[in-house]
Amino acid sequence: MNKDNIIALTVLVILIVFFPLLSPSPYNLSIAIFAGINALLAIGLSILMGYAGQISLGQAGFYGIGAYVSAILSLKAGIPVLLSILFAASVAGISAVLLAVPALRLRGHYLAVATLGFGEIIYIILNEFGPGGPSGFGDIPRLSILGYFFDSSTNFFYLTWTVVTLAMIFSINLIDSRIGRALRAMHDSEIACKAMGLDIVSLKIKVFVLSAIFASLAGSLYAHYVTFVSPSSFSLFHSVLIVMMAVLGGINNLWGAILGAIIITILPELLRKFEEFDVLVYGLILTFSLLFFRKGLVPIFIDKLKKLRA
Amino acid sequence: MLNVNGITKIFGGLVALKDVSFSVQEGYISALIGPNGAGKTTLMNIISGILTPDKGKIFFEDQEISNLQSVRIAKMGISRTFQHLEVFSNLSVLENVMVARYTKTKSGFISSGLKLPFAKKEELTAKKKCEEILDYIGLYNRKNEIASNLPIGEQRTLEIARALATEPKLLLLDEPAAGLNIKETKMLGETIKRIRQEKGITILLVDHDMELVMKISDWITVLNFGEVIADGKPSDVQKDPVVIKAYLGEEL
Repeated sequence: MNKDNIIALTVLVILIVFFPLLSPSPYNLSIAIFAGINALLAIGLSILMGYAGQISLGQAGFYGIGAYVSAILSLKAGIPVLLSILFAASVAGISAVLLAVPALRLRGHYLAVATLGFGEIIYIILNEFGPGGPSGFGDIPRLSILGYFFDSSTNFFYLTWTVVTLAMIFSINLIDSRIGRALRAMHDSEIACKAMGLDIVSLKIKVFVLSAIFASLAGSLYAHYVTFVSPSSFSLFHSVLIVMMAVLGGINNLWGAILGAIIITILPELLRKFEEFDVLVYGLILTFSLLFFRKGLVPIFIDKLKKLRA
Repeated sequence: MLNVNGITKIFGGLVALKDVSFSVQEGYISALIGPNGAGKTTLMNIISGILTPDKGKIFFEDQEISNLQSVRIAKMGISRTFQHLEVFSNLSVLENVMVARYTKTKSGFISSGLKLPFAKKEELTAKKKCEEILDYIGLYNRKNEIASNLPIGEQRTLEIARALATEPKLLLLDEPAAGLNIKETKMLGETIKRIRQEKGITILLVDHDMELVMKISDWITVLNFGEVIADGKPSDVQKDPVVIKAYLGEEL
């Protein structure tokens, strides 16, 4: 791991440790938890978009699988929450394989189209067959690990952001490894990769599976924090938001995913004072930031920093 | 070692290769020459599996490879460079070579993501090996440079380094001297000879530079309009009237 990443990780950990100590209101604490959940979603998508060069418009589908599968298993079947979460992640992972194998065998953005359809299918399934239908269901048990219950907002905040940090470390390591190198090489020359015996398709599939697992974990965190789920949280709109988070922060930088997730989560809250115009202002801000910060916020910030140093 | 048997390739109505047969002997530096549009690069692309032939078969060490994917062919021990440079332009020189170690290393998603000791050790070994290759080829002092910052000559050398890192049995060089000056071409010739001598790698080379080809090759196959018109030792090919005619008086 390089120096910049170690510094950034240290800053992140310090922020995580101290944030609850500033005694934020329960409302702010819950926003911070949602930001963490979204960050997990955005990190997965950022690796897929920035390093495997594929777009998924169905991350909310995996997010929904993570939430519903672990909620149903723990509530209706009485399976321990932690086990349910892991089971949900494997369901998401397997669906990702089934989706990616045919889609990635073809050239072009077939994965984007396939995931769009997948997200809609999951959304419809949740509406039709999910407990409570469109209105969802509650009383989902809280997570406990080795007898310790994550039942307060503060300890759930720590849990969520610990998962985000671990996902971040995992992703940074991955990109720094032979696999990340192969993915970056693929961006520059697919033909040379093939001539050196790199199985590009299988790498892309694996990255997609990873992003699905991250999304599923985010969904499980959501379900066991809010203890209530309904299909509306897992609609196409959320998939698009996740893409926005990754793009706004900068897809070629994993830290961009975290920043993008935080901004996109906080923005609607800040815009409350515009009352009925909030969606309009929200749209304008996003449109203009994409026009003017096309590379994404974090890469632009790094460029500025380099110029200052020079 | 490599047997090309009656290869035909048609693009639309254009016959790029017509019943081409030739072979490459183990330990030889063989060359494929011919005027522009003779089908040399098409043939290279067919051997390395980027294109599939319409007719004919190719055998590598007695195994048929004509319908295999390039990934499989690479794994069997055929590595190549490209006429139009295909270096990984955003990666450093060292990283470029390390990508080529991919098939020789094993650590997967989980061991890489968790930086398990096994993955760390493997990464270090690969790095050392690649530094040795860069040292061998004369690019060691450029190892941390971003590949796109290198001049064309060094980018061509980098492609050779990268090809070597896959530990090939047969190395295909597609116009390695294109865009090089006289001095660089001479050095390239030395490098190619050294690779054959010291590493025992068989080489098949495509080039326009007659001087280079005549000087280093043991065997030459001449293509013209997709057909083999001559095949033999450099001294014989040089005298062949058909070859001279094909090149329209070009000095050989």
